Amino acid sequence: MDKRADPESLLPLPPATFHILIALADEDRHGYAIIQDVAARTNGELKLSAGTLYRSIHRILDQGLIVETSTRPAPELDDERRRYYRITPFGVAVARAEARRHAQLLKMARVRGLAPEKA
Amino acid sequence: MRLYRALLHFYPASFRAEYGEELVAVFRARRRDRTNPLSVLMLWIAGFFEILFNAIAVHWDILRQDLRYTTRTLARSPGFAITAILVVALGIGANTAAFSVTDFVLIRNLPFSQAERLVKIWQTTAGYDQMEFSPLNYRDVKRMSKSFEAIGAYTPNAVNLVGQGDPQRIYATAVTSDVIPLLGTQPLLGRVFTAADERVGAAGTVILSYPLWQTQFAGDPGVLGRKVILDDQPYIVIGVMPAHFHFPSAEVGLWTPKQFAARELEDRNDNYLEVVGRLKPGVSLEQAKAEMDVTMRQLKQQYPGENKNTGGLVISLRDELSGKSRLMLWALLGASGCVLLIACANLANLLLTRSLGRQKELAVRAALGAGRERLVRQSMTESMVLAVLGGALGILVALASVPLLSKLVPNTLPIASTPAVDFRVLIFAGMLTVVTGIVFGVLPALRASGKGDMNALREGARSGGGRKERLRATLVIAEVTISVVLLISSGLLIRALWKLQGTDPGFHAAGVLTMQTALPMPKYERTARRVEFYDRVLTEVRALPRVSSAAYITSVPMLWGGGIWPVDINGQVVERTAAHTVSMRYATPGFFSTLEIPLMLGRDISESDTVDRQFVAVVSQSFARRYWPDQNPLGRHFQLAFHDRMVVGVVGDVRVRGLEGPSEPQTYLSYQQAADGAWVFYAPRNLAVRSAGTPGSLAPAIRQIIQSADREQPISDVQTLEQIVELKTAARTVQVRVLGAFAAIAFLLAAIGIHGLLSFAVSQRNREIGVRMALGAASGDILRMVMRQGVWVALAGVLPGLALAYVAARLMQALLAGIQPGDLPTFLSAAGLCLLMTLVGSFLPALRAVRIDPMTAIRTE
Repeated sequence: MDKRADPESLLPLPPATFHILIALADEDRHGYAIIQDVAARTNGELKLSAGTLYRSIHRILDQGLIVETSTRPAPELDDERRRYYRITPFGVAVARAEARRHAQLLKMARVRGLAPEKA
Repeated sequence: MRLYRALLHFYPASFRAEYGEELVAVFRARRRDRTNPLSVLMLWIAGFFEILFNAIAVHWDILRQDLRYTTRTLARSPGFAITAILVVALGIGANTAAFSVTDFVLIRNLPFSQAERLVKIWQTTAGYDQMEFSPLNYRDVKRMSKSFEAIGAYTPNAVNLVGQGDPQRIYATAVTSDVIPLLGTQPLLGRVFTAADERVGAAGTVILSYPLWQTQFAGDPGVLGRKVILDDQPYIVIGVMPAHFHFPSAEVGLWTPKQFAARELEDRNDNYLEVVGRLKPGVSLEQAKAEMDVTMRQLKQQYPGENKNTGGLVISLRDELSGKSRLMLWALLGASGCVLLIACANLANLLLTRSLGRQKELAVRAALGAGRERLVRQSMTESMVLAVLGGALGILVALASVPLLSKLVPNTLPIASTPAVDFRVLIFAGMLTVVTGIVFGVLPALRASGKGDMNALREGARSGGGRKERLRATLVIAEVTISVVLLISSGLLIRALWKLQGTDPGFHAAGVLTMQTALPMPKYERTARRVEFYDRVLTEVRALPRVSSAAYITSVPMLWGGGIWPVDINGQVVERTAAHTVSMRYATPGFFSTLEIPLMLGRDISESDTVDRQFVAVVSQSFARRYWPDQNPLGRHFQLAFHDRMVVGVVGDVRVRGLEGPSEPQTYLSYQQAADGAWVFYAPRNLAVRSAGTPGSLAPAIRQIIQSADREQPISDVQTLEQIVELKTAARTVQVRVLGAFAAIAFLLAAIGIHGLLSFAVSQRNREIGVRMALGAASGDILRMVMRQGVWVALAGVLPGLALAYVAARLMQALLAGIQPGDLPTFLSAAGLCLLMTLVGSFLPALRAVRIDPMTAIRTE
């Protein structure tokens, strides 16, 4: 797909999508684990619903940001009915681009005194 | 959990198959975390709405994806896309246009409040099932009936409007004060008539139609109270009706109150009132009819002489149009439906062919995990996109063509003269578009997703199994069948039109110019004054260069079917039935030579037939034959319109009422033989002029002559006699043209269908044909083989088509003007045309088959 060539073309990402990519950045997870990770990182402020999650997954699978993995985690952790997802290199590139976009926004906001200075 | 799984059905099947278990797992995990019943309830409510919203979102996602895919694939084959869109546009356009007219005329409510309670009431007499009421019978019926909330009477007339620019001839209607209130329409300005306006001797009052107010009074809101001169009498404008009010038809420009003079209430057989009524709430049409029967029977007993054959008829105001108009519109709608069916069949075929070509691609997609549901959905999206684009174009086609169809709107209904393409019509077009998309998309979609088509992936696999071939052939056969039906139907209607146009009207219309100068009363009440006007105008007109003759008459043939009177013959018992009525016209000398109506016996009306001499009449042949068969009618006497008349001449019959159906025998009376103030309604108003040049070119000179004879005299309806005759078949002509166009489209689509089917079959059988040729088959054999397939398809379509066409022709027999529904020449030519079409359509593919080079054909496989 031609779109894969340019990560910028998918920006800005919907917040749910960005969160999913962040959740998958360190390890492969299944759906419910992604929901729990997002909730933990945001102190329970963002609770992805199952429908939103899988709709987003459906889309970013299509866009090639993630793949379904065939390699399973260690047997004692595995819930074999579950589908596990892994971020692709393209997904990483897109997530980085999105993070950069946020960083630039933040910088601009700081210049105008809209955000606290770096701690 | 079972409930949750059921809710998941909101999602598309493919999404459910993919993530259903995951969704259930997440929900189960969440459910496990809750113990409090309230929080469980909250979870369920949230879950429900979440599924609902997300399901819509997923459907939308898939739709967008499919739309993107469709745009890409259609852009790759623009020829296919354009063909498909045009075919849909034709189908939808034809149907939308036909529907907008049919709906306007036959289906939707009349533009009055609670219009379903409005009825028309007629008197009936042997031979006339819809006759106007006489004022006396009307008064009695109004008094005796209990079924109606209100009953009112009206009579159409025309008046000369003077004082607003050029003198104008305006169609008007005199209404009793009940008429407008019972219709339920409020005036836009001012008030409507009251009983006071109806009183004989009351000051004249007039209500204007919206168009007349706009054109003649510049829409001036201060028009109320203004004095206008109608037929030399002063009238005060008391109201203006809104634009949507048309009564009794769209051409009426103003309304005056109907006042009954004492002499109008003398003759119970002087029938000229049309009567409308509003049923009381809860009273059915049948009840009103039954009551009317009783009422008329009582009136018959009371006045056995005058009401001898009289009955009553109550019909819905909605049904106030001829069976022919109705049939014509249904035929049109049926034909447009046929065009759409053919269009669908054609498109289904196109899509099928395409899906065969794309079999490999589809097989790849299926192999990559796209489920059957996704493929069907994708395919339906494609056909929907084509349908919607075609539908939008079709609505434009309809918008452009509806005004052309306005001649099919009968002028007997209280509706506008041109239908509007409004919201209702757009909804219809929209629904039609969706149905079309489904109809032509569903077959190919189901086929495309046919199971186990993995064979298609094999290199060089021959696609198109026998089943698909048969389906495609069936579709083409259906196209042929429908186009045969349309061809024959329009062929029969063309024959009927030709027959009517070939009917001898009894006069020669070519070269005759007509116009109307209705002399206002009482200004011209004195006969001598009228005679002076006619003589002066005619003398000057006859002196114009190239004019060979000119005459005045009450009404030239085919313009007015009224003036029908019963006849008494000395010593013969005469009843007031159709067998004893004639049409009555007053004419000046020279009328018969002007219209070239042959004089068979005796003489024309002459200048010396004055009011103090024996009253004379020229009668038509059928009149003479009816009363004096095999005898000399000259010098015979009869009584007509309360006077004894002597036959002085016999002329050929003319079609007074038009080309379809019979007309009453005719009598022509001398324009001078009427007492002052009597029969002024019959005072000659049509001038007919025969000239050697173009008739229209005379109009300015004649205008000048009339203006110098009476400066205030309006001139209206300037038209050639040929135009008047043509107008009689105008609705038919429009219908034939439209149907003919439909038939041509259908025929073309069917031809394309046959060609496409055979071309594809040949390309699929490339190798087989190559092998046959290599084995020694001659070109002739191959040619025959392909052509045979084409002829088989045509025959399979033509035979049922002939049968169906016969059924259709029987249904519209009333429109065929005597042409038999099984008319052999029409059927044979249609069948012949189809055969020809088949031969032409299959010849190219056959030729291509013959040209196949056996070596290449075998090698490429």
